[in-house]
Amino acid sequence: MTVSIVVVSHSAKIADGAIELAAQMAPGVVILAAGGTDDGRIGTSLDKVLAALEQAGGDGAVVLTDLGSAVMTAESALEFLGDPEGVLLADAPLVEGLVAAAVAAQGGADVRAVKDAAEAALGPGRQQKQGSADAAGDRPGGGAPPDCTGDFELVNLAGMHARPAAKMAGGLSSLDAEVTINGVDGASMTGLMTLGAGKGSVLHVEAWGADAERAVSYVGALVQSGFGEP
Amino acid sequence: MVLDAGWAVKWLTLCAQAMAEHRVELIELDRAIGDSDHGENMDRGFQAVLAKLGESTPETPGAALKMTAITLMSKVGGAAGPLYGTAFLRAATAVGDAAEIEPSIWADALAAARDGIVARGKAVPGDKTMVDAWTPAVDAARAAADRGSADLLGVLVAAAEAAEAGAVATDPLVARKGRASYLGERSAGHRDPGAVSSALILRAAVGAAA
Repeated sequence: MTVSIVVVSHSAKIADGAIELAAQMAPGVVILAAGGTDDGRIGTSLDKVLAALEQAGGDGAVVLTDLGSAVMTAESALEFLGDPEGVLLADAPLVEGLVAAAVAAQGGADVRAVKDAAEAALGPGRQQKQGSADAAGDRPGGGAPPDCTGDFELVNLAGMHARPAAKMAGGLSSLDAEVTINGVDGASMTGLMTLGAGKGSVLHVEAWGADAERAVSYVGALVQSGFGEP
Repeated sequence: MVLDAGWAVKWLTLCAQAMAEHRVELIELDRAIGDSDHGENMDRGFQAVLAKLGESTPETPGAALKMTAITLMSKVGGAAGPLYGTAFLRAATAVGDAAEIEPSIWADALAAARDGIVARGKAVPGDKTMVDAWTPAVDAARAAADRGSADLLGVLVAAAEAAEAGAVATDPLVARKGRASYLGERSAGHRDPGAVSSALILRAAVGAAA
């Protein structure tokens, strides 16, 4: 039961390349390309989008697009299908949004959450704004002290780059726990990447919920193994 | 004279002819303020419509409009594909399964088409886009239909003339939507190619009824 993702791009190469990148981080997710025109030119094709949506299956699909008329073609496809339930357009940067969406889908997120993950991938400025809004009001765990905490030092050379962030966010989003890592949402790949945590940085993990202990030990095990990297 | 399936087929055939004839003109207009692909894209799109008409004859005007919508969305490639595709799709919905389109329904269909273009492209009148041809055409068709006459040809002519005047009136405008908007003030002094192709489509509707 995973949400599928459809990539609508003016260029077949962009669609295929973005999917290749995302598939490396979320190999279990069906990501379908609708790139270029029917006859292989630069542009977008309703036929290709409809075919991709048909293949996407019944667990819901999130559509990511590149430039203006790709958005219009994707909207037209949904209008043509009578705005099917469970198919959502994400207003997100294609590459960052796709990777974040794929990681969320891999973790078992529903279609709305996958769309949100894509749209949260807007860069550090937006992330910080969201962070301060959180601090003002709805704190994780409803303001209660965390059920479990842990501190882990990054030992791999590259630190918290895209692949570890994808792995960690994917794993945490499948647990029944709210997790923050140095204050950002542990289930958000882009949130984790904005930490800019290099080798030697300490990740402070706070977790709430039934799987709080599992979440902390999951992070601990990943970090201590260096994410399987040197 | 009635707006039935036969008229619709003739209309779309004349659209294809007009796009082929004006292909270079549309390319030139688009070269000045866009990416010079409008003439080629519209020609390709309507040639594909023509090919579809050769495969099977639509039974109602609505069916012809819907087939055109899907074909343009799939074959045009540029922004004009989803814009015109949505216009024809909404117009198809407005005319429904009727065997013939009444003058007042034709005015409704044009309004639905214009609303579809606005919903998809988010342009408003004065942005130097095809909306500047469609909006006066919708108003003129509505006014002609409301005069209570059964003068179908008069409604078609009113829409075409208003669209043509609307296209000419885009000359001094500064583009605020689409690729031409990147040029800012430099877009003034050129006619919008989308407004011109819109007027060609509405003029072909007259030719098919004549």
